[in-house]
Amino acid sequence: MKYLLLIYQNHSAFEALTQDELDQVFRDVDELMAELTASGEFVDGQGLAHPSNAKSVRVRDGVPAVTDGPFIEAKEQLAGFTIVECETPERAVEIAARWPDARYWGLEVRPLMGGSGTEM
Amino acid sequence: MTTPAVAEDLLRELAPQVLGALVRRYGNFDASEDAVQEALLAAATQWPHEGVPDNPRGWLITVASRRLTDQLRSDGARRRREDTTFAMLPADARYSAATDQDRHGDRDDRLTLLFLCCHPELSPPSQIALTLRAVGGLTTAEVARAFLVPEATMAQRISRAKQRIKVAGATFDVPPEPERGDRLRVVLHVLYLVFNEGYTATSGSQLQRGDLTAEAIRLARSVHRLLPDDGEVAGLLALMLLTDARRPARTRPDGSLVPLTEQDRSLWDPRPIAEGVELVTRTMASAPIGPYQLQAAIAAIHDEAPTADDTDWPQILALYQLLGRIAPNPMVTLNHAVALAMVRGPEAGLEHLATLDADDRLAEHHRLDAVRAHLLEMAGDEDAARAAYRSAARRTTSLPEQRYLEGRAARLVDPAAPE
Repeated sequence: MKYLLLIYQNHSAFEALTQDELDQVFRDVDELMAELTASGEFVDGQGLAHPSNAKSVRVRDGVPAVTDGPFIEAKEQLAGFTIVECETPERAVEIAARWPDARYWGLEVRPLMGGSGTEM
Repeated sequence: MTTPAVAEDLLRELAPQVLGALVRRYGNFDASEDAVQEALLAAATQWPHEGVPDNPRGWLITVASRRLTDQLRSDGARRRREDTTFAMLPADARYSAATDQDRHGDRDDRLTLLFLCCHPELSPPSQIALTLRAVGGLTTAEVARAFLVPEATMAQRISRAKQRIKVAGATFDVPPEPERGDRLRVVLHVLYLVFNEGYTATSGSQLQRGDLTAEAIRLARSVHRLLPDDGEVAGLLALMLLTDARRPARTRPDGSLVPLTEQDRSLWDPRPIAEGVELVTRTMASAPIGPYQLQAAIAAIHDEAPTADDTDWPQILALYQLLGRIAPNPMVTLNHAVALAMVRGPEAGLEHLATLDADDRLAEHHRLDAVRAHLLEMAGDEDAARAAYRSAARRTTSLPEQRYLEGRAARLVDPAAPE
């Protein structure tokens, strides 16, 4: 089963981390990524640009309305995602718990929908 | 220049045999696999110009053995030892037997390779990946595509699996008698998983995965050829044939799922049904009974009914009772409840389902809700059925199932409710 790990971050709190703390965060991510790559569990993952670059798109009466944000006000922002494929939901949670952002902010673990199914 | 299709099929068929022969002789899975790949590459470039050799398997083994010794030769420390091993081999042992001679040797190799790939130290996904790669002859890219992961991820899984086999100290031998039965169960389970992975895939970008079904049947067929007297091997092959025969009817062109009772049975493929029925009938008469045979027998009853109403439910119920006794698991209980409902009415089925509520393995599972919803609908309790369909739709992670379940719930919308 594939899981999407949504990595949330509080940008101003992130900026307040000391250099040592930041180095530790990056070391932890590197270590975890190396482990997930070696185990074949890592499927995909990307970091997102700062939320100030975000656009919202809504189509009303056939007309697209594009606005900046509006997530800029929210304290916790989606900062990136990772897709892992693991054998159990417990393992997905274990990986999320080891993500350094989970210590400061939080992660959300969501199973991905798939195209296969059994007739009922 | 592309290889003609015939040569490509031939190479795919021969690759595991050549790999089996090399691993048996040199005991080094990694290096043997590399050498076989190089031999296949040489064949793919040379055969289209020079023609397929009279003894393609012998040709490949010879070329791969040479590549392997070249490789080992460059490894200074091992050089002398490996050279000696190679030199001690009689020249004719490097060629396959003539077609009229007993080919027992390479048949054993292929089974041994399968045992090795389905080593109990490996996780099921690794067993599957390695089996498809080494025995099925699929490329890493093909295996990756079948499981919808990047090629690099799959390559990593396969190399880790090989590493694990090495660490576990597995040798290239058929497992000794006391554990052979258990190891064979693992092999069969892996083939069953490969089949399911392909069968449950539906449409669109996932059409590729239909290949997995064919691959699983091909592998099960070769195990059946090697062990014709094993009832469970025959049972699994029959189960695959009887299930796959329904495939053309199980999805609509838009990819949505058609339940068994609503399938257009004229679309079912009669050839595999005939073969599967014959196989399971013959096997159950002679071999000790086992779970795959029972499941095949149930599939055969469904396949032989000209319409859903003609289904011999009392017979299916009896088979599920037997299956629940020899191999109890929650999925069997679920299907048993459906059969009970069809024979004795929905209340009997619902009562049987209640035994699963306390079972952690299934209590949160969408299949339990989905079956309960169907039985509640049969019993005429539309409100409860709708709620159960919706609950199942929320829990499934399959898009086609979700669509089907939402559709069933929507059909039961309370006519008195405002739109």
